[in-house]
Amino acid sequence: MIAEKTLVAITGAMASAHAMRQINPDVVAAYPITPQTPIMMNFAQFVADGLADTEVVTVESEHSAMSACVGAAAAGARVMTATAANGLALMHEIVYIAASTRLPMVMSIVNRALSGPINIHCDHSDTMAERDSGWIQIFCENAQEVYESTILAMKWAENEKVLLPVMVNQDGFIISHSVENVEILPDDVVKEFVGEHVPHEPLLDVEHPITYGPLDLYDYYFEHKRQQMEAMKEAEKEFPKIAAKLSAITGNEYDFIESYKLDDAEYVIVTLGSSAGTVKYVVDEMRETGKKVGLLKIRVFRPFPGKRIAEALNGKKAVAVLDRSASFGAEAPIYAEVKSALYTIKERPILQSYVYGLGGRDFTPDHAKTAFDRLMKGEFFEGEGYLGLRD
Amino acid sequence: MAKLKTWKEIPIGGLTEAGSSARFLTGSWRVERPIFDKEKCINCMLCWVVCPDMSIVVKDGKVTGMDLDYCKGCGACASICPVKAITMEPETKFQK
Ligand code: SF4
Ligand code: SF4
Repeated sequence: MIAEKTLVAITGAMASAHAMRQINPDVVAAYPITPQTPIMMNFAQFVADGLADTEVVTVESEHSAMSACVGAAAAGARVMTATAANGLALMHEIVYIAASTRLPMVMSIVNRALSGPINIHCDHSDTMAERDSGWIQIFCENAQEVYESTILAMKWAENEKVLLPVMVNQDGFIISHSVENVEILPDDVVKEFVGEHVPHEPLLDVEHPITYGPLDLYDYYFEHKRQQMEAMKEAEKEFPKIAAKLSAITGNEYDFIESYKLDDAEYVIVTLGSSAGTVKYVVDEMRETGKKVGLLKIRVFRPFPGKRIAEALNGKKAVAVLDRSASFGAEAPIYAEVKSALYTIKERPILQSYVYGLGGRDFTPDHAKTAFDRLMKGEFFEGEGYLGLRD
Repeated sequence: MAKLKTWKEIPIGGLTEAGSSARFLTGSWRVERPIFDKEKCINCMLCWVVCPDMSIVVKDGKVTGMDLDYCKGCGACASICPVKAITMEPETKFQK
Protein backbone atom coordinates (compact mmCIF):
# COMPACT_ATOMS: atom_id res chain seq x y z
CA MET A 1 0.00 0.00 0.00
CA ILE A 2 1.33 3.42 -0.92
CA ALA A 3 2.07 5.33 2.26
CA GLU A 4 0.70 8.79 2.87
CA LYS A 5 3.52 11.23 2.21
CA THR A 6 4.20 14.75 3.42
CA LEU A 7 5.37 17.26 0.85
CA VAL A 8 8.13 19.51 2.15
CA ALA A 9 10.47 22.04 0.53
CA ILE A 10 13.98 21.01 1.58
CA THR A 11 17.53 20.73 0.28
CA GLY A 12 19.20 17.48 -0.70
CA ALA A 13 21.28 17.69 2.46
CA MET A 14 18.12 18.02 4.55
CA ALA A 15 16.62 15.07 2.64
CA SER A 16 19.63 13.00 3.77
CA ALA A 17 19.25 14.23 7.33
CA HIS A 18 15.55 13.31 7.39
CA ALA A 19 16.30 9.83 6.07
CA MET A 20 18.95 9.44 8.78
CA ARG A 21 16.54 10.67 11.47
CA GLN A 22 13.92 8.16 10.38
CA ILE A 23 16.42 5.30 10.11
CA ASN A 24 17.65 6.31 13.58
CA PRO A 25 21.06 4.60 13.43
CA ASP A 26 22.83 3.56 16.64
CA VAL A 27 26.04 5.41 15.78
CA VAL A 28 26.98 8.26 13.46
CA ALA A 29 30.63 9.36 13.43
CA ALA A 30 31.46 12.27 11.16
CA TYR A 31 33.65 15.28 10.57
CA PRO A 32 32.41 18.46 8.89
CA ILE A 33 33.44 19.29 5.33
CA THR A 34 31.84 21.49 2.69
CA PRO A 35 29.39 20.69 1.10
CA GLN A 36 28.50 17.79 3.40
CA THR A 37 28.28 19.93 6.54
CA PRO A 38 24.52 20.68 6.35
CA ILE A 39 23.71 16.96 6.51
CA MET A 40 25.48 16.48 9.82
CA MET A 41 24.42 19.90 11.10
CA ASN A 42 20.75 19.08 10.54
CA PHE A 43 21.06 15.52 11.77
CA ALA A 44 22.88 16.61 14.95
CA GLN A 45 20.04 19.07 15.54
CA PHE A 46 17.51 16.24 15.23
CA VAL A 47 19.48 14.26 17.81
CA ALA A 48 19.76 17.29 20.11
CA ASP A 49 15.99 17.77 19.81
CA GLY A 50 15.42 14.16 20.83
CA LEU A 51 14.08 13.14 17.41
CA ALA A 52 16.72 10.43 17.00
CA ASP A 53 18.62 8.63 19.74
CA THR A 54 21.82 8.11 17.82
CA GLU A 55 25.22 8.28 19.49
CA VAL A 56 26.86 11.08 17.49
CA VAL A 57 30.64 10.75 17.67
CA THR A 58 32.38 13.99 16.76
CA VAL A 59 35.88 12.96 15.79
CA GLU A 60 39.02 14.88 14.80
CA SER A 61 39.24 13.83 11.14
CA GLU A 62 37.52 11.78 8.47
CA HIS A 63 40.07 9.01 8.90
CA SER A 64 38.87 8.78 12.49
CA ALA A 65 35.23 9.10 11.43
CA MET A 66 35.44 6.05 9.20
CA SER A 67 37.51 4.22 11.81
CA ALA A 68 34.85 4.89 14.46
CA CYS A 69 32.18 3.69 12.01
CA VAL A 70 34.13 0.48 11.43
CA GLY A 71 34.49 -0.08 15.17
CA ALA A 72 30.84 0.61 15.84
CA ALA A 73 29.67 -1.62 12.99
CA ALA A 74 31.93 -4.44 14.19
CA ALA A 75 30.46 -4.00 17.67
CA GLY A 76 27.05 -4.61 16.11
CA ALA A 77 25.64 -1.10 15.69
CA ARG A 78 23.64 0.27 12.78
CA VAL A 79 26.00 2.92 11.42
CA MET A 80 25.80 5.93 9.13
CA THR A 81 28.09 8.82 8.21
CA ALA A 82 28.58 11.50 5.58
CA THR A 83 31.50 13.20 3.87
CA ALA A 84 32.75 14.84 0.67
CA ALA A 85 35.82 15.26 -1.51
CA ASN A 86 39.05 15.41 0.49
CA GLY A 87 37.22 14.05 3.51
CA LEU A 88 36.49 10.89 1.54
CA ALA A 89 40.08 10.84 0.31
CA LEU A 90 41.31 11.01 3.90
CA MET A 91 39.01 8.09 4.75
CA HIS A 92 40.31 6.07 1.80
CA GLU A 93 42.35 3.56 3.80
CA ILE A 94 39.48 2.72 6.13
CA VAL A 95 36.89 2.80 3.32
CA TYR A 96 38.55 -0.35 1.97
CA ILE A 97 38.69 -1.89 5.42
CA ALA A 98 34.95 -1.32 5.99
CA ALA A 99 34.09 -3.16 2.78
CA SER A 100 36.58 -6.00 3.15
CA THR A 101 35.57 -6.57 6.78
CA ARG A 102 31.99 -6.80 5.43
CA LEU A 103 30.59 -4.11 7.67
CA PRO A 104 27.28 -2.70 6.45
CA MET A 105 26.87 1.06 6.82
CA VAL A 106 25.53 3.95 4.77
CA MET A 107 27.61 6.99 3.90
CA SER A 108 26.19 10.06 2.19
CA ILE A 109 28.71 11.53 -0.22
CA VAL A 110 28.11 15.09 -1.28
CA ASN A 111 30.19 15.04 -4.43
CA ARG A 112 32.85 17.70 -4.66
CA ALA A 113 36.00 18.08 -6.72
CA LEU A 114 39.16 16.67 -5.17
CA SER A 115 41.97 19.16 -4.61
CA GLY A 116 44.05 20.49 -6.20
CA PRO A 117 43.76 23.19 -7.11
CA ILE A 118 41.39 23.59 -4.22
CA ASN A 119 37.73 23.76 -5.20
CA ILE A 120 34.57 23.20 -3.19
CA HIS A 121 32.11 22.60 -6.03
CA CYS A 122 30.62 19.54 -7.63
CA ASP A 123 32.30 16.84 -9.59
CA HIS A 124 32.62 13.10 -9.17
CA SER A 125 36.38 12.77 -8.70
CA ASP A 126 35.89 12.02 -5.00
CA THR A 127 33.57 9.03 -5.34
CA MET A 128 35.15 7.72 -8.56
CA ALA A 129 38.44 7.36 -6.68
CA GLU A 130 36.61 4.84 -4.47
CA ARG A 131 35.00 2.81 -7.24
CA ASP A 132 37.17 -0.24 -6.58
CA SER A 133 36.92 -0.02 -2.80
CA GLY A 134 34.20 -2.66 -2.55
CA TRP A 135 31.40 -0.24 -1.63
CA ILE A 136 28.04 -0.18 -3.36
CA GLN A 137 27.60 3.21 -5.06
CA ILE A 138 24.24 4.85 -5.73
CA PHE A 139 23.94 8.16 -7.60
CA CYS A 140 20.97 10.48 -7.17
CA GLU A 141 19.40 12.88 -9.65
CA ASN A 142 17.56 15.04 -7.13
CA ALA A 143 16.66 15.44 -3.45
CA GLN A 144 13.75 12.99 -3.70
CA GLU A 145 16.11 10.29 -4.91
CA VAL A 146 18.56 11.18 -2.15
CA TYR A 147 15.88 10.62 0.46
CA GLU A 148 14.61 7.34 -0.93
CA SER A 149 18.03 5.99 -1.91
CA THR A 150 19.33 6.53 1.62
CA ILE A 151 16.51 4.46 3.09
CA LEU A 152 16.94 1.79 0.44
CA ALA A 153 20.71 1.77 0.98
CA MET A 154 20.38 0.89 4.66
CA LYS A 155 18.26 -2.15 3.85
CA TRP A 156 20.57 -3.16 1.01
CA ALA A 157 23.75 -2.86 3.08
CA GLU A 158 22.39 -4.94 5.95
CA ASN A 159 20.94 -7.70 3.79
CA GLU A 160 22.47 -10.90 5.18
CA LYS A 161 23.60 -12.06 1.75
CA VAL A 162 25.20 -8.70 0.99
CA LEU A 163 26.78 -7.17 4.13
CA LEU A 164 28.51 -4.36 2.30
CA PRO A 165 28.74 -0.62 2.93
CA VAL A 166 26.87 1.73 0.60
CA MET A 167 27.68 5.24 -0.62
CA VAL A 168 24.72 7.43 -1.57
CA ASN A 169 26.00 10.18 -3.85
CA GLN A 170 24.42 13.57 -4.37
CA ASP A 171 25.92 16.41 -6.39
CA GLY A 172 27.51 19.04 -4.17
CA PHE A 173 25.53 22.30 -4.00
CA ILE A 174 23.48 21.41 -7.10
CA ILE A 175 21.48 18.91 -5.04
CA SER A 176 22.79 19.32 -1.50
CA HIS A 177 22.04 23.05 -1.25
CA SER A 178 19.10 23.47 -3.64
CA VAL A 179 15.59 23.50 -2.22
CA GLU A 180 13.17 21.16 -3.95
CA ASN A 181 9.82 19.56 -3.20
CA VAL A 182 10.44 16.27 -1.45
CA GLU A 183 7.84 13.73 -0.37
CA ILE A 184 8.67 12.35 3.06
CA LEU A 185 7.29 9.05 4.30
CA PRO A 186 5.78 8.71 7.77
CA ASP A 187 8.41 7.88 10.43
CA ASP A 188 6.82 4.55 11.34
CA VAL A 189 6.73 3.42 7.72
CA VAL A 190 10.47 3.98 7.34
CA LYS A 191 11.11 2.33 10.69
CA GLU A 192 9.19 -0.72 9.59
CA PHE A 193 10.88 -0.81 6.20
CA VAL A 194 14.43 -0.76 7.56
CA GLY A 195 13.48 -3.05 10.46
CA GLU A 196 15.68 -4.10 13.36
CA HIS A 197 19.37 -4.37 12.63
CA VAL A 198 20.57 -7.94 13.14
CA PRO A 199 24.36 -7.68 13.19
CA HIS A 200 26.60 -10.38 11.75
CA GLU A 201 29.04 -11.63 14.43
CA PRO A 202 28.88 -8.53 16.68
CA LEU A 203 31.89 -7.95 18.91
CA LEU A 204 29.58 -7.05 21.78
CA ASP A 205 28.21 -10.58 21.81
CA VAL A 206 30.60 -11.58 24.60
CA GLU A 207 29.17 -15.10 24.73
CA HIS A 208 30.63 -15.66 21.27
CA PRO A 209 33.99 -13.90 21.16
CA ILE A 210 35.51 -13.39 17.71
CA THR A 211 38.53 -11.70 16.15
CA TYR A 212 38.05 -8.83 13.70
CA GLY A 213 40.88 -7.69 11.45
CA PRO A 214 43.48 -10.45 11.85
CA LEU A 215 46.56 -10.73 9.65
CA ASP A 216 45.47 -12.40 6.41
CA LEU A 217 48.43 -13.40 4.26
CA TYR A 218 48.99 -15.17 0.95
CA ASP A 219 47.17 -18.26 2.21
CA TYR A 220 43.71 -16.65 2.63
CA TYR A 221 43.63 -12.98 1.48
CA PHE A 222 42.85 -14.03 -2.10
CA GLU A 223 39.90 -16.15 -0.91
CA HIS A 224 38.53 -13.20 1.03
CA LYS A 225 38.72 -11.01 -2.08
CA ARG A 226 36.84 -13.69 -4.00
CA GLN A 227 34.13 -13.53 -1.32
CA GLN A 228 33.87 -9.77 -1.83
CA MET A 229 33.32 -10.29 -5.55
CA GLU A 230 30.59 -12.77 -4.68
CA ALA A 231 29.02 -10.28 -2.26
CA MET A 232 28.69 -7.76 -5.10
CA LYS A 233 26.99 -10.42 -7.22
CA GLU A 234 24.62 -11.11 -4.34
CA ALA A 235 24.04 -7.38 -4.01
CA GLU A 236 23.00 -7.31 -7.65
CA LYS A 237 20.57 -10.18 -7.06
CA GLU A 238 19.09 -8.80 -3.84
CA PHE A 239 18.60 -5.21 -5.02
CA PRO A 240 15.47 -5.78 -7.15
CA LYS A 241 13.73 -7.48 -4.22
CA ILE A 242 14.54 -4.65 -1.81
CA ALA A 243 13.66 -2.06 -4.44
CA ALA A 244 10.28 -3.74 -5.05
CA LYS A 245 9.49 -3.51 -1.34
CA LEU A 246 10.25 0.20 -1.27
CA SER A 247 8.33 0.74 -4.51
CA ALA A 248 5.27 -0.78 -2.87
CA ILE A 249 5.47 1.95 -0.23
CA THR A 250 6.47 4.97 -2.32
CA GLY A 251 4.96 4.15 -5.70
CA ASN A 252 8.30 5.10 -7.30
CA GLU A 253 10.53 2.85 -9.38
CA TYR A 254 14.10 1.95 -8.45
CA ASP A 255 16.28 0.15 -10.92
CA PHE A 256 19.99 0.04 -11.58
CA ILE A 257 19.35 2.24 -14.58
CA GLU A 258 16.55 4.54 -15.63
CA SER A 259 15.52 4.74 -19.27
CA TYR A 260 14.01 8.01 -20.39
CA LYS A 261 12.36 7.99 -23.82
CA LEU A 262 14.91 5.38 -24.71
CA ASP A 263 12.88 2.63 -26.37
CA ASP A 264 12.64 4.19 -29.82
CA ALA A 265 15.61 6.53 -29.41
CA GLU A 266 18.45 6.37 -31.92
CA TYR A 267 20.76 8.83 -30.21
CA VAL A 268 21.40 8.47 -26.51
CA ILE A 269 23.17 10.25 -23.68
CA VAL A 270 24.39 8.13 -20.78
CA THR A 271 24.97 10.01 -17.54
CA LEU A 272 24.38 9.95 -13.80
CA GLY A 273 23.63 12.43 -11.03
CA SER A 274 21.89 15.77 -11.42
CA SER A 275 22.92 16.17 -15.08
CA ALA A 276 20.30 13.51 -15.88
CA GLY A 277 17.61 16.07 -15.06
CA THR A 278 19.13 18.54 -17.51
CA VAL A 279 19.33 15.88 -20.21
CA LYS A 280 15.67 14.92 -19.67
CA TYR A 281 14.70 18.54 -20.26
CA VAL A 282 16.69 18.61 -23.51
CA VAL A 283 15.30 15.24 -24.61
CA ASP A 284 11.76 16.61 -24.17
CA GLU A 285 12.64 19.73 -26.14
CA MET A 286 14.27 17.84 -29.01
CA ARG A 287 11.48 15.25 -29.13
CA GLU A 288 9.09 18.12 -29.89
CA THR A 289 10.93 18.64 -33.17
CA GLY A 290 10.87 14.92 -33.91
CA LYS A 291 14.44 14.06 -32.92
CA LYS A 292 14.80 10.48 -31.76
CA VAL A 293 16.84 11.14 -28.65
CA GLY A 294 16.80 9.51 -25.23
CA LEU A 295 18.57 9.21 -21.91
CA LEU A 296 20.06 6.29 -20.03
CA LYS A 297 20.63 7.29 -16.42
CA ILE A 298 22.88 5.11 -14.30
CA ARG A 299 21.56 5.00 -10.77
CA VAL A 300 23.76 2.22 -9.38
CA PHE A 301 27.41 2.41 -10.41
CA ARG A 302 28.65 -0.44 -8.16
CA PRO A 303 27.71 -3.19 -8.72
CA PHE A 304 27.96 -1.96 -12.32
CA PRO A 305 24.83 -2.91 -14.29
CA GLY A 306 26.78 -3.68 -17.48
CA LYS A 307 24.34 -6.25 -18.89
CA ARG A 308 21.37 -3.97 -18.39
CA ILE A 309 23.19 -1.11 -20.07
CA ALA A 310 24.25 -3.29 -22.98
CA GLU A 311 20.67 -4.47 -23.51
CA ALA A 312 19.35 -0.92 -23.34
CA LEU A 313 21.91 0.39 -25.85
CA ASN A 314 21.82 -2.57 -28.24
CA GLY A 315 20.98 -1.32 -31.72
CA LYS A 316 21.21 2.40 -30.96
CA LYS A 317 22.93 4.52 -33.61
CA ALA A 318 25.20 6.61 -31.43
CA VAL A 319 25.74 7.20 -27.74
CA ALA A 320 27.49 9.97 -25.81
CA VAL A 321 28.73 9.02 -22.34
CA LEU A 322 29.12 11.93 -19.95
CA ASP A 323 31.64 11.91 -17.12
CA ARG A 324 31.92 14.47 -14.35
CA SER A 325 35.44 13.29 -13.60
CA ALA A 326 38.50 12.44 -15.63
CA SER A 327 40.99 9.62 -15.61
CA PHE A 328 44.31 11.16 -16.54
CA GLY A 329 46.01 9.08 -19.17
CA ALA A 330 43.01 6.79 -19.62
CA GLU A 331 39.34 6.88 -20.56
CA ALA A 332 36.91 8.59 -18.17
CA PRO A 333 35.40 6.09 -15.71
CA ILE A 334 31.77 5.84 -16.82
CA TYR A 335 32.76 5.85 -20.49
CA ALA A 336 35.29 3.07 -19.94
CA GLU A 337 32.73 0.92 -18.11
CA VAL A 338 29.98 1.48 -20.66
CA LYS A 339 32.33 0.79 -23.55
CA SER A 340 33.46 -2.42 -21.91
CA ALA A 341 29.84 -3.47 -21.25
CA LEU A 342 29.01 -3.09 -24.95
CA TYR A 343 31.75 -5.47 -26.08
CA THR A 344 29.45 -8.48 -26.01
CA ILE A 345 26.45 -7.10 -27.89
CA LYS A 346 25.71 -7.55 -31.58
CA GLU A 347 24.81 -4.07 -32.78
CA ARG A 348 27.23 -1.82 -31.02
CA PRO A 349 26.44 1.87 -31.26
CA ILE A 350 29.15 4.41 -32.04
CA LEU A 351 30.40 5.79 -28.73
CA GLN A 352 31.66 9.22 -27.83
CA SER A 353 33.16 10.23 -24.48
CA TYR A 354 32.52 13.68 -23.00
CA VAL A 355 33.94 15.15 -19.83
CA TYR A 356 31.89 17.98 -18.33
CA GLY A 357 31.31 19.98 -15.18
CA LEU A 358 34.68 19.59 -13.46
CA GLY A 359 35.05 21.68 -10.33
CA GLY A 360 31.41 22.77 -10.47
CA ARG A 361 31.46 24.14 -14.04
CA ASP A 362 27.80 24.53 -15.04
CA PHE A 363 26.26 21.83 -17.18
CA THR A 364 23.60 23.57 -19.25
CA PRO A 365 20.89 22.34 -21.63
CA ASP A 366 23.07 23.72 -24.44
CA HIS A 367 25.82 21.29 -23.55
CA ALA A 368 23.45 18.31 -23.72
CA LYS A 369 22.06 19.65 -26.99
CA THR A 370 25.55 20.02 -28.44
CA ALA A 371 26.32 16.40 -27.56
CA PHE A 372 23.09 15.20 -29.21
CA ASP A 373 23.61 17.40 -32.29
CA ARG A 374 27.11 16.03 -32.84
CA LEU A 375 25.84 12.44 -32.50
CA MET A 376 23.15 13.12 -35.10
CA LYS A 377 25.55 14.86 -37.49
CA GLY A 378 28.07 12.04 -37.13
CA GLU A 379 30.75 14.28 -35.63
CA PHE A 380 32.96 11.90 -33.71
CA PHE A 381 36.52 12.33 -32.63
CA GLU A 382 39.21 10.38 -30.87
CA GLY A 383 39.57 10.59 -27.14
CA GLU A 384 37.19 12.58 -25.04
CA GLY A 385 35.33 15.73 -25.94
CA TYR A 386 34.70 18.47 -23.42
CA LEU A 387 31.44 20.22 -22.68
CA GLY A 388 31.71 23.69 -21.18
CA LEU A 389 35.49 23.98 -21.48
CA ARG A 390 37.13 27.06 -23.06
CA ASP A 391 39.09 25.54 -25.93
CA MET B 1 50.25 -28.59 7.08
CA ALA B 2 46.45 -28.71 7.25
CA LYS B 3 44.58 -28.55 3.95
CA LEU B 4 43.68 -24.94 3.17
CA LYS B 5 40.00 -24.13 2.81
CA THR B 6 38.27 -22.67 -0.25
CA TRP B 7 36.61 -19.25 -0.35
CA LYS B 8 33.26 -20.92 0.19
CA GLU B 9 34.35 -22.59 3.42
CA ILE B 10 35.84 -19.69 5.38
CA PRO B 11 34.03 -16.97 7.38
CA ILE B 12 33.52 -13.68 5.53
CA GLY B 13 35.32 -10.46 6.30
CA GLY B 14 38.48 -12.15 7.54
CA LEU B 15 36.77 -12.97 10.82
CA THR B 16 38.34 -15.70 12.86
CA GLU B 17 37.99 -17.22 16.30
CA ALA B 18 38.93 -15.17 19.35
CA GLY B 19 42.50 -15.39 20.60
CA SER B 20 43.80 -16.96 17.40
CA SER B 21 47.09 -15.07 17.64
CA ALA B 22 48.11 -17.44 20.47
CA ARG B 23 48.70 -20.00 17.70
CA PHE B 24 50.90 -17.61 15.77
CA LEU B 25 54.44 -18.10 17.08
CA THR B 26 56.16 -14.86 16.12
CA GLY B 27 59.39 -15.78 17.91
CA SER B 28 60.80 -17.09 14.63
CA TRP B 29 60.96 -13.51 13.33
CA ARG B 30 63.62 -12.61 15.91
CA VAL B 31 67.11 -11.56 14.83
CA GLU B 32 68.17 -10.42 18.30
CA ARG B 33 67.39 -12.12 21.58
CA PRO B 34 66.85 -10.34 24.92
CA ILE B 35 69.13 -11.71 27.63
CA PHE B 36 67.81 -11.09 31.12
CA ASP B 37 70.04 -10.59 34.17
CA LYS B 38 67.95 -11.39 37.25
CA GLU B 39 70.62 -10.01 39.60
CA LYS B 40 70.40 -6.49 38.15
CA CYS B 41 66.58 -6.36 37.81
CA ILE B 42 64.74 -4.09 40.26
CA ASN B 43 61.28 -5.29 39.08
CA CYS B 44 60.10 -1.85 38.03
CA MET B 45 57.93 -3.51 35.33
CA LEU B 46 58.76 -0.94 32.67
CA CYS B 47 59.76 -3.73 30.27
CA TRP B 48 56.42 -5.42 30.90
CA VAL B 49 54.65 -2.15 30.03
CA VAL B 50 56.47 -1.57 26.74
CA CYS B 51 56.73 -5.11 25.37
CA PRO B 52 54.42 -5.19 22.31
CA ASP B 53 54.16 -8.97 22.39
CA MET B 54 53.31 -9.61 26.06
CA SER B 55 56.51 -11.61 26.23
CA ILE B 56 57.83 -10.46 29.61
CA VAL B 57 57.05 -13.30 31.96
CA VAL B 58 56.16 -12.19 35.47
CA LYS B 59 55.64 -14.43 38.47
CA ASP B 60 54.63 -13.16 41.92
CA GLY B 61 55.46 -9.58 40.94
CA LYS B 62 58.92 -10.51 39.66
CA VAL B 63 60.23 -10.71 36.12
CA THR B 64 61.44 -14.23 35.42
CA GLY B 65 62.41 -13.92 31.74
CA MET B 66 61.07 -13.59 28.20
CA ASP B 67 58.66 -15.84 26.34
CA LEU B 68 60.76 -16.69 23.30
CA ASP B 69 57.81 -18.30 21.47
CA TYR B 70 56.41 -14.82 20.88
CA CYS B 71 59.27 -12.32 21.53
CA LYS B 72 60.12 -10.68 18.17
CA GLY B 73 63.34 -9.25 19.49
CA CYS B 74 62.40 -5.61 19.05
CA GLY B 75 64.63 -4.51 21.91
CA ALA B 76 62.10 -2.15 23.51
CA CYS B 77 62.55 -3.86 26.88
CA ALA B 78 66.33 -3.51 26.75
CA SER B 79 66.12 0.13 25.79
CA ILE B 80 63.66 1.09 28.55
CA CYS B 81 65.30 -0.86 31.38
CA PRO B 82 66.73 1.73 33.84
CA VAL B 83 69.37 -0.66 35.21
CA LYS B 84 70.41 -2.36 31.96
CA ALA B 85 69.21 -5.76 33.15
CA ILE B 86 68.32 -6.72 29.58
CA THR B 87 70.85 -6.86 26.72
CA MET B 88 70.22 -7.85 23.12
CA GLU B 89 72.38 -10.57 21.58
CA PRO B 90 72.40 -11.72 17.94
CA GLU B 91 70.09 -14.69 17.47
CA THR B 92 72.77 -16.46 15.41
CA LYS B 93 74.72 -16.95 18.63
CA PHE B 94 72.06 -19.36 19.84
CA GLN B 95 71.69 -21.38 16.68
CA LYS B 96 73.33 -24.76 16.72
S1 SF4 C 1 62.64 -7.82 22.71
FE1 SF4 C 1 60.68 -6.82 22.33
S2 SF4 C 1 59.27 -8.52 22.06
FE2 SF4 C 1 61.05 -9.38 23.04
S3 SF4 C 1 60.61 -9.29 25.19
FE3 SF4 C 1 61.72 -7.41 24.70
S4 SF4 C 1 60.12 -5.93 24.26
FE4 SF4 C 1 59.17 -7.95 24.21
S1 SF4 D 1 62.76 -2.81 33.04
FE1 SF4 D 1 64.61 -3.81 33.77
S2 SF4 D 1 64.55 -3.52 35.94
FE2 SF4 D 1 62.51 -3.06 35.25
S3 SF4 D 1 61.46 -5.02 35.47
FE3 SF4 D 1 62.24 -4.95 33.39
S4 SF4 D 1 64.22 -6.00 33.49
FE4 SF4 D 1 63.62 -5.49 35.59
